[in-house]
Amino acid sequence: MRLTGGEILCKALLAEGVDLVFGYPGGAILPFYDDLVRNPGLKHILIRHEQGAAHAADGYARATGKVGVCLATSGPGAINLATGLATANMDSTPIVAITGQVARAAIGKDAFQETDITGITLPITKHNYLVMTAEEIPNVVKEAFHIARTGRPGPVLIDIPKDVFVEEAEYVSALDTNLPGYKPTVKGNNSQIKRAATLINESSKPVILAGRGVMISEAENELKNLAEQAQIPVVPTLLGIGGFPGTHYLNLGLMGMHGSAYANLAVDQSDLIIGIGCRFDDRIVGRVSDFATGAQIIHIDIDPAAIGQNVPAHVPIVGDAKSILTDLVPRIDGKNRSDWLQHVDNLRHDHPLFIPESEKLLPQHVIQRIFEETSGNAVVITGVGQHQMWAAQFYLIDKPMNWITSGGLGTMGYEVPAALGAALGRPDDQIWSICGDGGFQMTLNELATIRDEKIPVKFAIINNGNLGMVRQWQELFYDKRYSQIDVKGPDFIKLADAYGMHGIRVTRKDDVNEAILEANAHPGPVIVDFVVEAEENVYPMIPAGQSVKEMVEAPRPVSEAQR
Amino acid sequence: MKRLISALVQDKPGVMNRISSLFRRRGFNIESIAVGPSEQEGFSRMTIVAENAPTGAVDQLTKQLYKVVEVVRATDITEQETVAKETIFVKVRANSEARADVIRIAEVLKAEVADIATESMILELTGDTGQIARLLDLLTPFGIKEIVRTGQIAITRGE
Repeated sequence: MRLTGGEILCKALLAEGVDLVFGYPGGAILPFYDDLVRNPGLKHILIRHEQGAAHAADGYARATGKVGVCLATSGPGAINLATGLATANMDSTPIVAITGQVARAAIGKDAFQETDITGITLPITKHNYLVMTAEEIPNVVKEAFHIARTGRPGPVLIDIPKDVFVEEAEYVSALDTNLPGYKPTVKGNNSQIKRAATLINESSKPVILAGRGVMISEAENELKNLAEQAQIPVVPTLLGIGGFPGTHYLNLGLMGMHGSAYANLAVDQSDLIIGIGCRFDDRIVGRVSDFATGAQIIHIDIDPAAIGQNVPAHVPIVGDAKSILTDLVPRIDGKNRSDWLQHVDNLRHDHPLFIPESEKLLPQHVIQRIFEETSGNAVVITGVGQHQMWAAQFYLIDKPMNWITSGGLGTMGYEVPAALGAALGRPDDQIWSICGDGGFQMTLNELATIRDEKIPVKFAIINNGNLGMVRQWQELFYDKRYSQIDVKGPDFIKLADAYGMHGIRVTRKDDVNEAILEANAHPGPVIVDFVVEAEENVYPMIPAGQSVKEMVEAPRPVSEAQR
Repeated sequence: MKRLISALVQDKPGVMNRISSLFRRRGFNIESIAVGPSEQEGFSRMTIVAENAPTGAVDQLTKQLYKVVEVVRATDITEQETVAKETIFVKVRANSEARADVIRIAEVLKAEVADIATESMILELTGDTGQIARLLDLLTPFGIKEIVRTGQIAITRGE
């Protein structure tokens, strides 16, 4: 059957199970948009800026576990995807981006809207392709999806010149991938697993550091078995939230720069850290030489380059978390570690994570109320900054894929388009996007998309009128010399009105509950503008590059400290 | 310290870019990179010499090289037993007076005379780093006009 490149691409995408794409048309990709008209099976969401397409595909992928797909035209369209691709790359999210390119004969001639997008995205994608003939498309698409979703997942970009979309070729559905250099290790080395088991069985003070790899490999049950059977406290990474129930008694919550003091102290005092599907990122480790100096480290990850990248591992195990845990757990002795758990409980009691008593409207309080009023069951998307850390501390996530945040890249503005993508992927769930007023203004153009698609996202803008995390750093490390932090936004209620959404403003603590209930009850998208205390800091805090010894805990009221 | 890395890669456009980019990202200079077809059709073998790269960083970099989809194998062979050589062409000033001396040096150091012109000669030598350095040392007094080197290629000994 002879088909055009564009028609072949539609067939190839449908063969991968794609039914939703986020994109924005333009010159070089016009032929493919014409094919989309005849392929209603590929529902297209018209976003308002290509960055939003990449973030929406990313949010969709994180909320569903499927591969997200985004489209853009050549030149500026393609470049606008870059932030979203880099975000997905850092956080191991599977997305496939398809970009139009200028016609083959024009490539390299500085043609209108030409840009070397495979060159630009080389370091921020897992892989990318420039497709020079229509007949290659089925195999390239098959390889791209395979690479995106297997191993350590990530973004793959496919760049297709305009004339390749219209070139006719014999359509043969993809046979098999030809990737001799791409063979992710799944099964862990047996002798390393035995060594790990011995270390765990001999350890009296172990902790588990659980990253996003737990959820990617669907190893939640295996992790729970390991933790419960061997009585090991679990510390999730920022991206690992949801891989182990947030309300579980063994869950210590986040560690690292803004982790709880007791999680940081427990890790510091442990004799064994079992890192599973995580990278020992610098926000967790701080100063490497002072990190958990009395602990041995077992590091399980599917990415060999992540092992030993930041901290040396005593027992490195490359492979899939689920496969390795399945082999490991039967070798673990059920053990009574009540002394250790009691000690950890004491740490929790002596160094609690708490919200200061205040009549003022504190951001932490807002987040805790959202947690309670949604029974902890919402899919939570966040931006980047103080509100993100408070959300990680006070919205306890019990289920995998219910926590969607930009961790590695720290992309402000992620919260609006990622919420759009997550909501489309999870139409039956309640979607709360916890936003900063700064980040929200970066991508609020996607409110139009959300209105058009009638997506009932609830935006909680934690509106302190300034760049909170930047302000906090300037307060603590730059002697309160505040520099360029006033990001006062528009009137968010009028903005909601302008985008045909329901808007609620909350300025008093007493009105928080009612506003959340009202937002939950409203059938459409809602913007809740929580005008919170402007100068609240996130505690505890371990300054960048320092250790638990330099941890700053929140000033505690006397009554609290005496308890 | 110099590091010697050997990689088996798919013979496709952009592979060299992906590999060199990992060095560029860290600010490491590549002293030489030699590429040619390997024993398997469709695959090339590269020998990369990186200068001033700390060992730990190279270990990490080698793992990242391995992550490049088209890279089938990447190994830091600096510490291994290898046969490592490169070829150099040297165009050296040599008029009729100096010619005999240059030819004598070439003979002793087992370099070939690849070309003779009225005012210069081209010597060709395939050897290890030491042999090449010796040749250049001895030719320097005559006046070296131009040097072209292939960069090292290296193969591990035994099985």
